[in-house]
Amino acid sequence: MQIVDRRLNPKSKSLGNRQRFLRRAKAEIRDAIKDSLKNRKVSEAEGSEKVTIRSKSLREPSFSMGRNTGRRDYVLPGNEEYTVGDEIPKPQGGGGGRGGQGSPDGEGQDEFTFTLTKEEFLDLFFDDLKLPNLIKVKLKDLKAPKTARAGFTTDGPPARLNHARTMRKSLGRRLALRRPSLAEIEALEAELAAAENEDPRDEAKITALRSKVEHKQRLRRSIAYIDPIDLQYNRFDRVPKPTTQAVMFCLMDASASMTEPLKDLAKRFFMLLHVFLMRYYREVHIVFIRHTSTAAEVDEETFFRGTETGGTVISTALEEMLNVVKARYSPADWNIYAAQASDGDNFHDDMPRCMQLLDKEVLPICQYFAYIETTHSERFSDAQETPVWHGYAEAGKRFRNFAMRRVASPEDIYPVFHELFSASDKAA
Amino acid sequence: MTQTQAVKLPRRKAKVRPLFDGPEWTFDLLLKVHDVMGEIAVGELGLDVYPNQIEVITAEQMLDAYSSIGMPLMYRHWSFGKRFARDEAFYKRGMRSLAYELVINANPCISYVMEENSMTMQALVIAHAAYGHNHFFKNNYQFQMWTQPDHIIDYLSFAKSYVAECEERYGDEAVEAVLDAAHALMNQGISRDLRPRPRNVAQHERERAARRRAYEEETFDPIYRTLPEITRSGPEESPEAANEQRLLGLPEENLLYFLEKHAPKLEDWQRELLRIVRLLSQYFYPQRQTKMMNEGCATFVHYEILNRLYERGLLTDGTMLEFLHSHSSVVFQPTFNDRRFSGLNPYALGFAMMNDIRRIATEPTDEDREWFPDYAGNGDWMGTLRHAWAEFRDESFVLQYLSPKLIRDFRLFAVQDDAKESAMAVAAIHDEQGYRDVRRRLARHYDVATQDPELQVTEADLSGSRRLVLTHRVRNGVLLDKTEAERTLQYLAQLWGYRVKLVETEDDSSRVLKEHEALPMP
Repeated sequence: MQIVDRRLNPKSKSLGNRQRFLRRAKAEIRDAIKDSLKNRKVSEAEGSEKVTIRSKSLREPSFSMGRNTGRRDYVLPGNEEYTVGDEIPKPQGGGGGRGGQGSPDGEGQDEFTFTLTKEEFLDLFFDDLKLPNLIKVKLKDLKAPKTARAGFTTDGPPARLNHARTMRKSLGRRLALRRPSLAEIEALEAELAAAENEDPRDEAKITALRSKVEHKQRLRRSIAYIDPIDLQYNRFDRVPKPTTQAVMFCLMDASASMTEPLKDLAKRFFMLLHVFLMRYYREVHIVFIRHTSTAAEVDEETFFRGTETGGTVISTALEEMLNVVKARYSPADWNIYAAQASDGDNFHDDMPRCMQLLDKEVLPICQYFAYIETTHSERFSDAQETPVWHGYAEAGKRFRNFAMRRVASPEDIYPVFHELFSASDKAA
Repeated sequence: MTQTQAVKLPRRKAKVRPLFDGPEWTFDLLLKVHDVMGEIAVGELGLDVYPNQIEVITAEQMLDAYSSIGMPLMYRHWSFGKRFARDEAFYKRGMRSLAYELVINANPCISYVMEENSMTMQALVIAHAAYGHNHFFKNNYQFQMWTQPDHIIDYLSFAKSYVAECEERYGDEAVEAVLDAAHALMNQGISRDLRPRPRNVAQHERERAARRRAYEEETFDPIYRTLPEITRSGPEESPEAANEQRLLGLPEENLLYFLEKHAPKLEDWQRELLRIVRLLSQYFYPQRQTKMMNEGCATFVHYEILNRLYERGLLTDGTMLEFLHSHSSVVFQPTFNDRRFSGLNPYALGFAMMNDIRRIATEPTDEDREWFPDYAGNGDWMGTLRHAWAEFRDESFVLQYLSPKLIRDFRLFAVQDDAKESAMAVAAIHDEQGYRDVRRRLARHYDVATQDPELQVTEADLSGSRRLVLTHRVRNGVLLDKTEAERTLQYLAQLWGYRVKLVETEDDSSRVLKEHEALPMP
C-alpha cells in the first residue's frame, strides 16, 4: 500500500478543457454578457461575472428512450395503500412518467449557469476589439525610461532605507550573537545588589556576579544595536517602458433636455470605454466635463447625478477640454481619448465655433474622438437629424480618428461600441 | 426498515487504546488504519484485493476528477470543461457536496480521499473503497471479462497524448468534431456479447498508431494528387448484396466499432479516435451493470470492518457515532411519494440485500428455506456473499437473491405506465402472488441492455448509394426521443459521410413505426 499526496500537483488541470468549453460557447456567452450589461453599475464594471447561457453548441445528444410513448414498468418502494389493480393518477404537468420535459423539443434542458473569471469576462467582452491608433504613440514613447522596484540592496541614499528589513536583519544578528538585553543586565545587577545586601562577606559569589555583569555590559557595548551590515535599501531599476498612460475625456450635455434615461445611456457608454482603456493602459485618467451654456470639470458623482438647467453651448466643453489638456496632459506624453454624449441639441450660433475647435485643435491632438448621440426614438430618419449630428457628419468625413453613432436603448450600447472599435473595421 | 435495525451499537472493549481520536488525520494514521483493516478484510472476511494506492487530493482536484468521468487522466474535450463549470457552480453555491471518495478500477487500485475529510471519514473511505470496491473489481466476472485494470492507466495516457497529437496535426476543431460525434454514440459503442481480446497495452497502441502513420507517410506521393478523380460510370451493383452484408458482419450493435472499421470517408486518425472512445465506453460497461451490487458490497464491507474495529476497542465512541451518522444517510431510502425520492438508492438496496443474505445463511425462517434452499442456514455467510459478488451482476443478483422479506421491508410494488392511459396501474405488491413478479420486474430494471435502446446497423451499401440503415427494435412501444435521436443521427451521418437512415420497427411484428434520416453537412 502506498499513499500519494497529490495536493501539490499543478493546479487547474482542467484549464485546457475550460478553454475549449469557452471557445465552444463563445457566441452564446457574449450574448449573455451583453444582456447583463444592462443591469450593471459603473462601479461594477469590472469583476467576475455569472452568466447563464442556453447553448445550442453545448448540446450532447445521445439515443435515448422517449418519454411520451409506449409502456414501461417501475418498481417503487414505500407502498402503503395500494393493492393489485389500483390506479395511480399520473403527475400533472409533465408529459408522462417522471421528469419534466416541458417544451416539445426539450429546449428548456439546455440552460446552464456558471461563473467567468474577470479575465475571461473581459477577454470575451472585448474580443476582437482594438484600440485605434495605439501603436503610433507607443512607439514614439518607447524610450522614456521608468524606475521600477527591483528588490533590495546593501547601500543607497538614506531616503531609500528600508526600515522593516533593516530592523529584521539587526534583530537576527543580535539574536545570533547573543547581545544581552537591557532587562537581562538589570536583572543581574539587581541580583548583585541583593547578594551584596544579604551577605557582603560572600566574596566569591559577589565577584562572580560582578564579572558576569561586566561581561554582559561589554558584550552589549561591542555588539551594536544596528550595524552597517544590517542596512537594507530599496533598490530601483531604470526600465525602458512604453508610456502607457491615457487620459479619457468624458464630455456630456447636462442641460434639462438630457433626461435621466438619456444620461443613463451615456453613462453606460463611458463605463465601457473606461474598462476598455484600462486593458491597454497602465494608467487611465478620466476627466469629466459637463456643460450647459457654460462648462466645468466635475467629479464622477456630479457628472452622472447632478442636474442643471440652462441652454446648450457645446463649444464651451471643447474649450474646457483644451484648457485641461494644456494644464495637465501634454499631447506629447499622453494618449488622449474623448467621448462626447449629447442629445444633439446645440445653440444655433455655436455650431461654426464648435466645428472650428474640433477641426483645428481638438481632433489633431486626440487619438480618438467618439460622439454618441442618445435619443428616445427607436428609428432615425433624416428629417430628425439634429444640428450637432449634421455638423459633426462633416468632420467625420475629414478625420479618420473621429466616429459618431446613435444610441436609443441600452441594448444598442454594446453593438455600437463594438462597431466603433472593431478591429477589422479599422484595418480596412 | 432493515438498515435501522442493523444499526445497533455493539459493546466496545474499554481497555484497548483506540487507533485514533479526534478529527485530524496524518499519513501515518492512514497507513496504520489501512493495515489494521487489512487484517480484518483479508484475514477474517477473506477478501481478495489488488494492492492499494491511496491518493490525497483537494476539493478542486476532486471536481477535476468528476468532470473527466472519474479518471485520473483524460484527453481534452470541451464537454469535460462544461461538466467542471457546472459542478463547480453547484459546489460553490452549496447545492451539492462532493463525494468523499472516488475509486478507480486499476491495478494497483487507486482510491482518492479528500484532504478536508475527518479521520473517521478517511477510515470509512479506506474500508469502503480500498477494500470493498477493490474486492469487487478484482473478483466480479463482469470486470474480469471486460476490463484490464493492469493497463487502463497506461491506455489513458496513450489516449491523452494521442488526442493531443491529433489536435496539433489536424487542428482542434477537426478533432473536436470526431470526438463530439463519438461521444454521442458512446452508449452504442459496446459489444454486449463478444469478449474483447485482452490486449490494448499503451505501448502496443502507440506502436500501432505510429506504424499506421509511417505507412501513410511512406506511401504518400504528391503525383497522385494531380490525377483527375476517377468517376465510376454505371452501377456496379454486386449481385450478391447479401454476401456483402455478411462480410461487413451485419447486423452490428456496436455502432462505433462498425464506423471505425467500415466508414468509407474517415481518415485513419479519426478511426483511432473512435476506437479510444469505444474502448472507454466498454471499460465502463461493467460499472453500469453492477452499480447496485458494487455499492452494496462496499457498504457492507465498510460497515463490517468498522464494527469489528469498534468491538475490539480500536475506535472511540465519537468516531463510531460520526461513522454511523454518515453511514445511515448513505443508505437512506425515501419512499416513492417523498419529495427526496429519485429512484431506488443502490446503496440502500445493495446493503440491505447483503445483510439479508447473511441473515438467511445464519438465521433462516421457514420462508427463506423454501425460497433459498441452496444456502439457507448453511452458516457460511461470508462464503455465500463472496460467491454472489463474483458471479452475478445487478440483474441476475436481484433475480436470484431478492427475498420476500426484503420486498416486504422495502414495501416494493410494481407499477405499469402506459403513455396512452391517464393513470398508472399497480401490477404487483408485496404479497404472496406478487413477490416473484416484483422481483422479475426489478431485475429487468437493472438490466442495462433493456434500459438502453436496442440499435443495430442492419444495412450498409458500400458499392452503390453508400446509404447506411440502422434499426431500432422498439420494445413495449417506447420510441426514441425524437429531437435527441435526430441530433445524434446527424453526428452519425457526419462520421459515415453519406445518407443515414434510422428505422424504428416493432419488436415482434417488424412493423415500421417511425423513420428518421440525416445527411452529412459539408
